Amino acid sequence: MMSSILVRALICCLLLLGVLSDSPAGNSEDNGGKNQAIVQPTDPLGPAYGDMIIRGSIGDASVLLPVLASDSASFEITGLVYNGLVKYDKDILLQGDLAARWEISDYNLKIRFFLRPGVCWHDGAPLTTKDVEYTYKIYVDPNTPTAYATDFMKVKEFRVLDSLTCEAIYEKPYAPALTSWSQGILPSHLLENQEITKSPLQRNPIGTGPYKFKEWKTGEKIVLDSNHEYFEGRPYIDRVMTRIIPDLATMFLELKAGRLDQMGLTPLQFMRQTDTRWFKQNFKKYRYLSFGYTYLGYNLKDWKFQSKKVRQALTIAIDRESIVKGVLLGLGTVAHTPYKPDTFWYNQNVKKFPYDPKRARQMLEEEGWKDINGDGILEKDGKPFEFTIITNQGNDIRKNAAIIMQKNLKAVGIKVNIRVIEWAAFLKNFINKRNFEACLLGWGIGIDPSQIDIWDSRKTGEKELNFISYQNPEVDSLLELGASTYDLEERKKYYDKFQEIIAEDQPYTFLFVQDSLPIISSRVYGIVPAPIGISYDFIKWYVPKSLQKYSVEP
Amino acid sequence: MILYMAKRLILMIPVLLGITVISFSVMKMAPGDPTSLLTDLNPNMNEEAINRIRAHYGLDQPVYVQYAKWLRNMLMLDFGRSFAPDNRLVIDKILERIPITLLINLLSMVVILTVAIPIGVLSAVKKDSLFDRATTVFVFLGFAVPSFWLALLMMILFGVQLEWLPISGFRSLNYGQLTTPERIIDIARHLVLPVFISAFGGLAGLSRYMRSNMLEVIRQDYITTARAKGLDETTVIFKHAVRNALLPVITILGLSVPGLIGGSVIFETVFAIPGMGQLFYQSVMMRDYPTIMGVLVIGAVLTLFGNLLADVMYSLADPRIRVSS
Repeated sequence: MMSSILVRALICCLLLLGVLSDSPAGNSEDNGGKNQAIVQPTDPLGPAYGDMIIRGSIGDASVLLPVLASDSASFEITGLVYNGLVKYDKDILLQGDLAARWEISDYNLKIRFFLRPGVCWHDGAPLTTKDVEYTYKIYVDPNTPTAYATDFMKVKEFRVLDSLTCEAIYEKPYAPALTSWSQGILPSHLLENQEITKSPLQRNPIGTGPYKFKEWKTGEKIVLDSNHEYFEGRPYIDRVMTRIIPDLATMFLELKAGRLDQMGLTPLQFMRQTDTRWFKQNFKKYRYLSFGYTYLGYNLKDWKFQSKKVRQALTIAIDRESIVKGVLLGLGTVAHTPYKPDTFWYNQNVKKFPYDPKRARQMLEEEGWKDINGDGILEKDGKPFEFTIITNQGNDIRKNAAIIMQKNLKAVGIKVNIRVIEWAAFLKNFINKRNFEACLLGWGIGIDPSQIDIWDSRKTGEKELNFISYQNPEVDSLLELGASTYDLEERKKYYDKFQEIIAEDQPYTFLFVQDSLPIISSRVYGIVPAPIGISYDFIKWYVPKSLQKYSVEP
Repeated sequence: MILYMAKRLILMIPVLLGITVISFSVMKMAPGDPTSLLTDLNPNMNEEAINRIRAHYGLDQPVYVQYAKWLRNMLMLDFGRSFAPDNRLVIDKILERIPITLLINLLSMVVILTVAIPIGVLSAVKKDSLFDRATTVFVFLGFAVPSFWLALLMMILFGVQLEWLPISGFRSLNYGQLTTPERIIDIARHLVLPVFISAFGGLAGLSRYMRSNMLEVIRQDYITTARAKGLDETTVIFKHAVRNALLPVITILGLSVPGLIGGSVIFETVFAIPGMGQLFYQSVMMRDYPTIMGVLVIGAVLTLFGNLLADVMYSLADPRIRVSS
């Protein structure tokens, strides 16, 4: 995180410089309201409208209606075109978006939303609660192929009170409910009485967001223009172009040739290929923890992994620090719980298991694992300690991490085999059938802390996500309590305890959280990294007039 | 001739049907299905939601029902809607990608023909000469070098260091504002590297083929006769030998008809060209059955027509195998 603090300090310095150069005009207070307009042009590095930012994306968007989309490339676009009722601020706390405020009442069963007055769709129609009602209905409609119906199906009744007030009533208190209202609200006047899967809005979205859709050339580029009437103010950058370049090496060459302003770097590109003076002059690199962790999950139905002490010994035997150093080139953090380390929900005080192969060997011996026949492999009841780690194809970071673990575990007398399998077969024949010993996978970390689907004892059915078959009634009830509690401090207590138990039980060996590594042209100002990332205040990014590169005609 | 054509066309129907049955079953045998993208390892999905989505795509019915439905629509030339989240008409998805794929493949075929045929002829005529050996090394180099690697090297040289050519894509970002002649130049500049790379890899096959045909022909009695008549060597080679050696190339041309709309994934990925190769690859990865079948059917039809075309061309070009009427 050092570099992000440095970057922040740098930006503060630059902002200070900006303030200082303002002062000749700024110090005469009696200028009244007029000075803002006058100051701007005299300040060469001050905020200014205009210019275009070109971002690289390895995948094309699939569909620009948030209800149907499931890929990050689509959400990168819909996030700028649509708004939810609520959103997360830079510190990952919920705040109003289209809803100016909300009230939770009736023993946490009812959420009442008060919409911001005066918000308009990009086609000029006003936003009303009819749009919210339509959005709710389309999510729960059985004919909508959406991945996000579950949260909305918990709504017992949805009521429109007037054109700006509506409420959702739940069967039982459900804390993640509020987060589910961050899904993009859709325009009912353009979608009502149509089949959503055939709507032209799939490729020509009309939202309420800071950017309006301009054009989409499949597999080539998607262009958005700024919405001058945006309710939080006109965004500084006039145009956002997303270029689709499926190959990261090609994308990097385009960046080097100056035809891209922003892309995500690989650890190797970040450490070794962008360290030149040219890059330092023309680009700024950012680094912050991503919302996801990688883990080694043990099939708890397998006799070898049933003892907690054995699992702890395995974690102690794995040198996670050197996995982060070797595989991520240091651009990541060792994980200890299933939450992101720099967030509110993370419990700092869980039991940690630092690398100590001697202690691991000792613990395994206490559990009856000894090398009796002298072949270097531990045995118990005549059976050797040998298992296979399976992981999916196409993820080199996971593959390399598996190789390091193989070496670590061999040092304590455990033989590990590695098998890399194509994704669909991996899920169907191994994970879903519970036909594995240990799996190397990752989870995205949701912003809401609820993790019932992954850890609940009852979620062990064929396609359910507790595929390691973790059973702990205490965890079940803690997660249940957490999901039905709205008070943040009280809620955190349940998740703190949950993390302590998981850390003690070690059903997974939590490996690492990777860093996100965006690089952005140095002519773009106003980027302030925060726990949620950098894009949260994209509308405040700007290019000073003197540095603008593209002239944008509407 | 017309009767022959009609017979061939009718025979195509069962072949085509067979191809679709095999493709459909192989596709269905692969693990995973189109809902995987939405549902796999997704904490937001429960059993009920998954079944809803499966029913939406008709995946809850037996495979033969799904095939019958697909076939019925196909007979009315309805390719259906994609199972990808975009739900677009398959025919739209294919048609928007055909022009650029076709353009690159046609250009690279022209390059291959204009370069490979002379190389083949000359290396046959000057067999075992320095030229023969040098071109052998050259064309096999093109065949053996991984295209993505060569592409990246050329991009670094011409795109980043010399800045002569654009790196990726097939048109500039400001293409919309250009005049027509400017547009042609713009696309041409973008296509230099892709066409060169794809042609370079294809030189080996055709030039070697041409060389062995030529060697065969040169040994024929009629060439000896031509020389004995006292014709000069140029006439012997170009008028008598090359024309006969070119005949089998017709087969190759016929077989490459389906290739014209097929693209290469690696190559399109490196150059960021939204062509058919990427479409097909993505459809397979997503188990987007209607799109996979759409591309396969078009490919199958073109293959069959290509073969027919080759046969017809043969009978026009070569009196020896003309069908007796």
